[in-house]
Amino acid sequence: MVDILKPEEMFNSIDYALPKKPWEDVPTDFSEGTFCYPTKKKNQEYLSLVAKDEWSPADEDWKLPPNWQEIIHEGFKERLEKYRSLKVFMDICVRCGACADKCHFFIGTGDPKNMPVVRAELLRSIYRNDFTIAGKILGSIAGARKLTPAVIKEWFAYFYQCSECRRCSVYCPYGIDTAEITMMGRELLSLLGLNINWILEPVANCFRTGNHLGIQPHAFKEMIEFFCDDIEEITGVKINPSFNRKGAEILFVTPSGDVFADPGTYTMMGYLMLFEHIGLDYTLSTYASEGGNFGLFTSSDVMKRLNGKMYQEAKRLGVKWILGGECGHMWRVINQYMETMNGPADFLEVPKSPLTGTVFKNAASTKMVHIAEFTADLIKHNKLKLDPSRNDKFKVTFHDSCNPSRAMGLLDEPRYVLKNVCNHFYDMPENTIREQTFCCGSGAGLNTEEIMDLRMRGGLPRANAVKHVHDKYGVNMLACICAIDRAALPPLMNYWVPEVGVTGIHELVGNALVMDGEIERTIDLRQEPLKEEEE
Amino acid sequence: MNVNYLYSLLAVVVLGLVAYVGAGSVGLQGVFGIFIPYLALVIFIAGFVNRVMDWAKSPVPFRIPTTCGQQQSMDWIKQNKIDNPSTTWGVLVRMFFEIVLFRSLFRNSRVEIVGSRLSYKWVVWLWLFAILFHYSFLAVVVRHLRFFLEPVPFFVKALEQMDGILQVGLPGVFISGVTLLAGALLLLMRRILIPKINYISKAADYFPLLLIIGIALTGLTMRYFTKVDVTKVKELTMGLATFHMGIPEGGLSALFYVHLFFVCILVAYIPFSKLMHMGGVFLSPTRNLANNSRMKRHINPWNPKVKFHTYDEYEDDFREKMIEAGLPVEKE
Ligand code: HEM
Ligand code: SF4
Ligand code: SF4
Repeated sequence: MVDILKPEEMFNSIDYALPKKPWEDVPTDFSEGTFCYPTKKKNQEYLSLVAKDEWSPADEDWKLPPNWQEIIHEGFKERLEKYRSLKVFMDICVRCGACADKCHFFIGTGDPKNMPVVRAELLRSIYRNDFTIAGKILGSIAGARKLTPAVIKEWFAYFYQCSECRRCSVYCPYGIDTAEITMMGRELLSLLGLNINWILEPVANCFRTGNHLGIQPHAFKEMIEFFCDDIEEITGVKINPSFNRKGAEILFVTPSGDVFADPGTYTMMGYLMLFEHIGLDYTLSTYASEGGNFGLFTSSDVMKRLNGKMYQEAKRLGVKWILGGECGHMWRVINQYMETMNGPADFLEVPKSPLTGTVFKNAASTKMVHIAEFTADLIKHNKLKLDPSRNDKFKVTFHDSCNPSRAMGLLDEPRYVLKNVCNHFYDMPENTIREQTFCCGSGAGLNTEEIMDLRMRGGLPRANAVKHVHDKYGVNMLACICAIDRAALPPLMNYWVPEVGVTGIHELVGNALVMDGEIERTIDLRQEPLKEEEE
Repeated sequence: MNVNYLYSLLAVVVLGLVAYVGAGSVGLQGVFGIFIPYLALVIFIAGFVNRVMDWAKSPVPFRIPTTCGQQQSMDWIKQNKIDNPSTTWGVLVRMFFEIVLFRSLFRNSRVEIVGSRLSYKWVVWLWLFAILFHYSFLAVVVRHLRFFLEPVPFFVKALEQMDGILQVGLPGVFISGVTLLAGALLLLMRRILIPKINYISKAADYFPLLLIIGIALTGLTMRYFTKVDVTKVKELTMGLATFHMGIPEGGLSALFYVHLFFVCILVAYIPFSKLMHMGGVFLSPTRNLANNSRMKRHINPWNPKVKFHTYDEYEDDFREKMIEAGLPVEKE
């Protein structure tokens, strides 16, 4: 990893002055620290994707296959025929620039190729050249350009500098979604074997072991049991989750980050406590042990292959419906892709909360409910005894993750839960939350160490808004409902607003939840004193 | 500085001269007054239909609305039925606001560095200029129907009434003509003067604006300064509309043919350019779909068969370890 600038230096280095040359003539920088590392060949082979021998983006010659232009042309054509979105988005952008400064990567880097409109033009210029009359006749005057190795390099750099957050599409008068274009661009790169390791390794892991982190079944069980011991120590209540149990009513699936990495683990503990307390008849699966889906960042086929496990496992275990944990892109997949790809889910029942009798009509077909919906419903029906004062040392704000916000609209459920489990809640400014929320800067497979500089820049708009509420209200805890956030926000906060910690909302639920038969609590789920002064 | 606009300016000037000389001194009035208008219309219709059909041919495999508000959830959580619609009605309302009020554009903001912070300011200019421009354009187009319909329909007359409400000048000033020119000039200035917008602009962005400015300028000049003989214009245009083509006796000024030629170029240019946004906005999958894919399965016509890693394969891989850990297995 290369050293990165100090926060103040980084902030002062942001310059919105534009290059003298048109962007087509500005070569792509591949110095160390600017790019994600390519995948190891074994991952591509394991997944039967196009495999490429070891290479580095810093190489002058990327050793593309001899017919690479044809591969891209045919791949592009195929996608135009498969996706109306791509075709329409290629044709109708008026370059009004409304999207230009909406991208956190542009805001943090000042690099014009990070303006969503230019990111899309990287692909569109080739589209014009290959598929439009004007482009064929007028060439560069019509904004067309020839497909050269430099273009492929540029794609690699900038399609892996987009976190597919869709913020740009909120502001576009035609809803042009640059995330969609990035997804197509990444699929095309993948046809040449140009994948990044931070995405493809988790994908390969997930395919084999059921989760991104490659946790094998016995280890998965052990880790959860370990949390149960911790919970017993903190609350005095013993918890007995079940694994791969047939006949349970509900299958619970959450991102494996919650099992593996702090602070996600505390959120996992929160779920376990909640389920135990309400006596939920549920099971965890070691086979479908991943809620997230890095296939979304690879290609629609790979997304489908990973996602298939949820329904297959639900069917095998004979559960009635599926409950999903706190994760961002996972919920884009569930809300917008899952049943289309791997449905129909006709072997499941319309989800109904066994405690409140609420029928989740909005999940009538996919049969999968978000934990924030589930918990909000429990609280609304007074099924939980909560002591929010146990979270009194936290002044909390909430980061809307991109996907639940802009690909689902899960905005008020988590806020409702938060307001019931803590006494001090402050939203960030309006143009930085809800549908206008800013990405953590590390989404869509970009939370890898080697591009720390980019991640801190991309996360700056989010951190800047947190700093605002930190300065104004003394906010010291950033709550989120996403496993990538729980991995990406701690370093981000540490860099820009070091006084602020990061938590999932079910960690705060776990703190506030008054369980049957619990001992008097003196420590929170992190085993730190409940009250500041006792420190 | 991006000088792509010079190409476009040159193109528009050349086109203007072609018509001026062609229909003026060379006397090809039949070509510019009859042949080219029909040709342009045919290209427009064929091109437009072709483009839309081509879009429609590609399926919408996934339901990908950009949700801009609270989803439909439990009954006690208030859904934003317009920005996150779950019904066709909601989608219709959302689309109506997009198309009639440019709702998304209205959200526009600008980022600024203020001291050691970022700040975002709501900016209305692009929205305002775009509304001014498009509604003026619409009004001008509707008013021109007077030249192609006899009797002149009531709504054209009504619009003329409203448009001429200022009651100044002779002939009375139509507001829309002036605002069209103003709107186009403002959009053009924006492109030339704002560095970011200038940086992303292509010749194809300047060309339609300059062409429309050309149309507006020639139109305004004919109406207010050279005072074109409107009855003769109507003779020509009614001839076109009723297929009784003919060039009116005594002819029309070269300026008129420049105006007409610009319009023909614009009309024929639409299907091959970004101006197709007028059709595309209706087909944009992030706006025209309801966010209801958890309630009702969306079908992908090309849903591929893929290779899964099945539970059985998984268990084969890990059976020993699973048994040892006390995890249930299918095959002992
Ligand atoms: C329906 C929703 C529509 C929206 C949201 C929309 C929006 C826009 C925007 C944002 C611009 C860019 C202005 C610029 O910076 O250059 C533009 C340009 C333009 N639009 Fe529309 N438009 C719509 C419909 C139409 C329709 C129906 C027409 C039919 C004539 C039209 C014709 C034009 C023309 C001629 C330009 C100017 C040329 C240019 O800037 O390239 N638009 N539109
Ligand atoms: S907002 Fe939409 S139309 Fe305008 S430049 Fe961006 S993508 Fe193009
Ligand atoms: S999807 Fe997000 S990261 Fe990608 S271009 Fe748009 S705003 Fe930027």
